Amino acid sequence: MTSPEFTYPEGSAAFPHRGLVGIAGLAPHEIMFLLDEAQQWVELNRHAQKRRDLLSGLTIINAFFENSTRTLLSFEIAGKRLGADVVNMAVATSSVKKGETLIDTAMTLNSMRADAIAIRHGSSGAVQLIADKVDCPVINAGDGQHEHPTQALLDALTIRQAKRAFNGLRVTICGDILHSRVARSNILCLTSLGAEVRVCAPPALMPADIERMNVQVFHDFDAALRNADVVMMLRLQLERMQGQFIPSPREYRHLYGLSLERLAKAESNALVMHPGPMNRGIEIDSNVADLVDRSMITTQVEMGVAIRMACLDVLTRKARGLEGWA
Amino acid sequence: MSIHAPLTVTGGKLVLPDGRIEAGNIRCEGGFITAIGDVSPQAGDIVHQAGGKLVTPGLVDVAVFSIDKPAFHFGGVTRAALMPDQDPPLDVPARVRFAAQSGKPDFWVHPLAAATKNLEGDSLAEIALMRDAGARAVATGRSWIRDSGTMLRLLQYAGMLDMVVVTHAEDSGLVGKAVATAGEMATRLGLPSAPAEAEALAIARDIALAELAGAKIHFRKVTTAAGVDLVRRAKDRGAKVTAGVSPAYFMLSDLALANFRTFAHLSPPLRSEADRKAVIAAIADGTIDMIGSGHDPRGPEDKRLPYADSAPGMAGSETLLPLTMTLVRDGVISMNRAFDLLAGNPAKLLGVNAGCLAEGKEADIAVIDPDRPWIVDSDEMAAAAGNTPFDKQPVQGRVLALFKGGMAVKAKKPAF
Repeated sequence: MTSPEFTYPEGSAAFPHRGLVGIAGLAPHEIMFLLDEAQQWVELNRHAQKRRDLLSGLTIINAFFENSTRTLLSFEIAGKRLGADVVNMAVATSSVKKGETLIDTAMTLNSMRADAIAIRHGSSGAVQLIADKVDCPVINAGDGQHEHPTQALLDALTIRQAKRAFNGLRVTICGDILHSRVARSNILCLTSLGAEVRVCAPPALMPADIERMNVQVFHDFDAALRNADVVMMLRLQLERMQGQFIPSPREYRHLYGLSLERLAKAESNALVMHPGPMNRGIEIDSNVADLVDRSMITTQVEMGVAIRMACLDVLTRKARGLEGWA
Repeated sequence: MSIHAPLTVTGGKLVLPDGRIEAGNIRCEGGFITAIGDVSPQAGDIVHQAGGKLVTPGLVDVAVFSIDKPAFHFGGVTRAALMPDQDPPLDVPARVRFAAQSGKPDFWVHPLAAATKNLEGDSLAEIALMRDAGARAVATGRSWIRDSGTMLRLLQYAGMLDMVVVTHAEDSGLVGKAVATAGEMATRLGLPSAPAEAEALAIARDIALAELAGAKIHFRKVTTAAGVDLVRRAKDRGAKVTAGVSPAYFMLSDLALANFRTFAHLSPPLRSEADRKAVIAAIADGTIDMIGSGHDPRGPEDKRLPYADSAPGMAGSETLLPLTMTLVRDGVISMNRAFDLLAGNPAKLLGVNAGCLAEGKEADIAVIDPDRPWIVDSDEMAAAAGNTPFDKQPVQGRVLALFKGGMAVKAKKPAF
């Protein structure tokens, strides 16, 4: 089922982390291990019988302190396909943002003896804060502008499916880099695996010193697209912007929208990716998003379930007493 | 008039305002220093044997946010200037008067009057009435006054009253909701950040306005290379500008934010390593006039939160002396200069008759072992809360005895 490109250390040495708070801190072989583990679930998910009861009897809590549809659903499906009891806890951000409440919530979840918790929160570092307080593995489902590691892993799996290798691959990430946790995790993940990453945004949406993360910085999208093998578009997160970052969505589209004409500047077989939800007609045109042979957007969603299954499986092996993991 | 017995501190090394450190005694009577040097205790004096340790002025901590006597006494602080950011703010004479009386007799509080009503930066508060109620200076609080016209009028009015304006130097338009300095660390952590230039912009404007008004201005914390350079150049041309800083800015850089450590969440935020070194250089060359703790104890309800949701500030008065002593040990400043920074210059800023060991000054005296090692422990601090980014860090320098107005201060909590 798995098709590892190379051999990994035995047992938990292959992935010695207690949880998955970010891509930062993961070695390249640990990332590859998760991708290879996910590969088997990609294949399983394409069969009619999708269920494996590996996590039977385990309780997985999805604690989402920020609105989400696809990520929550992806984690829920992943847990259920592995036979776990999955509980979704959607909490309005306003009620838990201040005071001890977040810690209290973590302690409550801990007391309920969850076996793994996936957390999404609007503040950078919130997941780490909870992870430090609970006994079970914590998976970061997106924290503020910090990291979204499972998104980066599913993006990497998507790219690997199509391009086979990362070394030397030119990946252009365009959009609201400043507010994007997806961009940060992808930069860490793809550069770690040997890809050449370019980031493109207007200056106001580009974080300071991002070149220190081993990326090339562009403000001209056409230049950033030249010879790109993968074009990863980000959603313009107008809701995160306090103050005016761009003159208008119309002008943003003029400079940074991915049209068919623009896509032609990339390699002829360049992949088009988007973490969703898309602002069609702003950062990406519909006729690009719906390109049958080039657009990976639905594949990304498919890989998301497999990656989350892999994370849940790997991170609960110790609790399940698997040989080499206990 | 004090009614307690006179005090003679014997056998210490006196840190004197003229730059000498000399063995000698010091006698205090009626709350004031009456003789220094070759003096002997008289009948009826309380005698304190300093045992060869340093005898220094009590520290004057500029711009603290909380009156926290156990922490101040632990740190050798005998007076503190209280920021107007209280609840409610110090923007009316009655509150200023109450604050001025709040620490006596063993600790003196010097309130800073709110520059604007409710510290909102719009309308001038009743500064003259607050001065007469005990305010020693005017302060803009935690924030910068955005409107340049309001700031100019404030400086003109305070200048007329011969009151210094203590300001927070960060351009609020650039800062927004930032909690970190723009740079690699903020980018990696995904924290809302503002460029360090926000400080220089604020300082440049406020110096220009102060020079226009002919007023005295004090920048509470100057933390960037560009900021200290602006102050340096203003001083060179004779502007009435002074600058302060807190130890965190010469001891730490933004690397301390790693793992989202909210104890390192300060205002202004921690800067780059280059800025940290520039601050040290500015302390060495006299551009920075004083070091204050900015003491702001905050409990878990303010700090055990995601970084951006946590409150800025650190408990600092206990570590103020030992962290400043690192500058002495590193050869950046002399021992005498350290006490100019910690006591002499702050006393001058506030216009109080203290801050140095001289006849006629109020007898605020500390006996200090500058070499005594100890380890900062956030769980064991005398402060109301242990929110220090220096937790578990070994330091050197401890206060052995403290006298306020010639009377021994009894620490309420034993030293750890």
